[in-house]
Amino acid sequence: MFGRGFKLSLGIFFTLFILFLYGPTLSILVLSFQGPNGGLTFPMRGFSTFWFESLFDGVGVIDIWGAFGRSIRLGLVVMVLTVVLSLMAGMAFRKRFPLSSFLFYATVSSLIVPSIVISLGVALEFRIIDDAVKAIGGDMNIQWVIDDFRTTMGLFSSGLGAQLTWTLPFGLLIMFAVFNRFDPSYEEAARDLGAGPWQTFREAVLPIIAPSLIGVALFGFTLSYDELARSSQAIGGLNTLPLELRGLTTTVTDPTIYALGTLTTAVSFLAISIFLILFTLLRRRTAKAPRPETPAP
Amino acid sequence: MLDVKKHSATILSLPFAFVIFTFFIVPLCLVVMVSFWDYNSYSIIPDFIFTNYQDIFYGCVKSLPDLCTSFATYISSLKFVFITWLITLLTGFLVALFLSFCVSSLQMQIVLFLLCTIPFWTSNVIRMISWIPLLGRNGLVNSTLQKVGLTDSPAEWLLYSEFSVILAFVHLYTLFMVVPIFNSMMRIDRSLIEAAHDAGASSFQTLTNIIIPLSRPGIIIGSIFVITIVMGDFITIGVMGGQQIPSVGKIINVEMTYLQFPAAAANAVILIITTLMIIFAMTKLVDIRKEL
Repeated sequence: MFGRGFKLSLGIFFTLFILFLYGPTLSILVLSFQGPNGGLTFPMRGFSTFWFESLFDGVGVIDIWGAFGRSIRLGLVVMVLTVVLSLMAGMAFRKRFPLSSFLFYATVSSLIVPSIVISLGVALEFRIIDDAVKAIGGDMNIQWVIDDFRTTMGLFSSGLGAQLTWTLPFGLLIMFAVFNRFDPSYEEAARDLGAGPWQTFREAVLPIIAPSLIGVALFGFTLSYDELARSSQAIGGLNTLPLELRGLTTTVTDPTIYALGTLTTAVSFLAISIFLILFTLLRRRTAKAPRPETPAP
Repeated sequence: MLDVKKHSATILSLPFAFVIFTFFIVPLCLVVMVSFWDYNSYSIIPDFIFTNYQDIFYGCVKSLPDLCTSFATYISSLKFVFITWLITLLTGFLVALFLSFCVSSLQMQIVLFLLCTIPFWTSNVIRMISWIPLLGRNGLVNSTLQKVGLTDSPAEWLLYSEFSVILAFVHLYTLFMVVPIFNSMMRIDRSLIEAAHDAGASSFQTLTNIIIPLSRPGIIIGSIFVITIVMGDFITIGVMGGQQIPSVGKIINVEMTYLQFPAAAANAVILIITTLMIIFAMTKLVDIRKEL
């Protein structure tokens, strides 16, 4: 439909856009192998793994490896919850249920309300809970509350919740896309053959939508692993890796930060590759699955 | 006894609804509620006062035409929103146009689309600091400029400036335009375009009369994403602006570190209202154009 010249210029524009997307990250990747005397910018002064070694020795007072571990653990928990809850909600939205459109609009709003506001709200919520716990503990003379209670805020309470407000909407939107294209006759066939609701789900629905669930898992893990704005005020005392990284941008002035950048990007890429491979494998299996009419040998 | 079968949809939706309720709806209501509370240096006090809102706009009207801090901050944010929106819209539209109309095989479309999407799944902070070796005082751009002889001294406006903030926004968030616009474009019936071609429409006419109007839902969704993200941002502006450029998100952030929660909440409410107004105005704007 478009002329040759127009298509060509769009192609060039697209190529430049991809360069723009990946170029800067590549420069960090290269510079993280800077020689020991090298600085934050080009040229490369030698080629070494010096900055990775210095990263393994630790960056100042910050416990990078602790933060890294917390990010991975939180990412995995967010991933599992995002997949399970989005799948359940996706199934629910195929029928009508009370307040379903309210829930849908609330979920979409959760995606577009500025992250700092959600972070503030969650922090407030837990602060009010803390105050309540302390007041009740004081009134009723509960000893451990008076002695040991600090806060209910933490990685797996407020931090987890704040991140779920970011990953769940993506999960639900993907499930909508999946079930809009889902052919219900598979379920009917399973029911006609005498399968109960659980068996229908496990043996007819789940295998068909499995690749999409991998997609939801990909969003759940990677978005949590790199999440910053929503967890910033709601994470409690111990930071995740992205939060530590943001702090480091102002304090670290040598390529150690690039080494850390290369490392965390490598983790992201590893995760993305695993999910994409799983997705392709499951897709292929679904496509290859024997048709019902194939006679048993 | 509860009839499980009849209420299965409700039961299935409950865990999801619980999370959205506990971590989105309740916090949002708390923000509005606490914005009317009082506070001192160590605690927040339930109350119903308007002082937090008055403090934000204290002296703002009186000092006009000079801008008070709040007005200046909002105007600065609006400027970022507008410029970023314009650039991401144009870039996102062209990228989506290429993906949906210039790539013929579905396989290739998926691969190229993934290529655009993958950075979205990596760290934003890393993608921000990856500009430092390029834009810094001794960065690639500056040394090239000096070598070619375009400038004698390194250009200071490249990094930790409004320029670098906008560059980072475009870098990080163009994807939010590409995905919905691409989605809309893929739904356009190809026979419409052929019909236009057969009827003698030029490429440009096809673009303005068919593709742009039919991509409208995607354009609006993408715009809403970009506008709300930029409006509430404090991290990109902080890191790329060298902590020198004000933003509403940053004000909220600072107030929270001083435990001035009610003041932060009042700012958050105004931020939400402003953002909603921009979105509303924008959808109206597009609607009106369609009516004409």
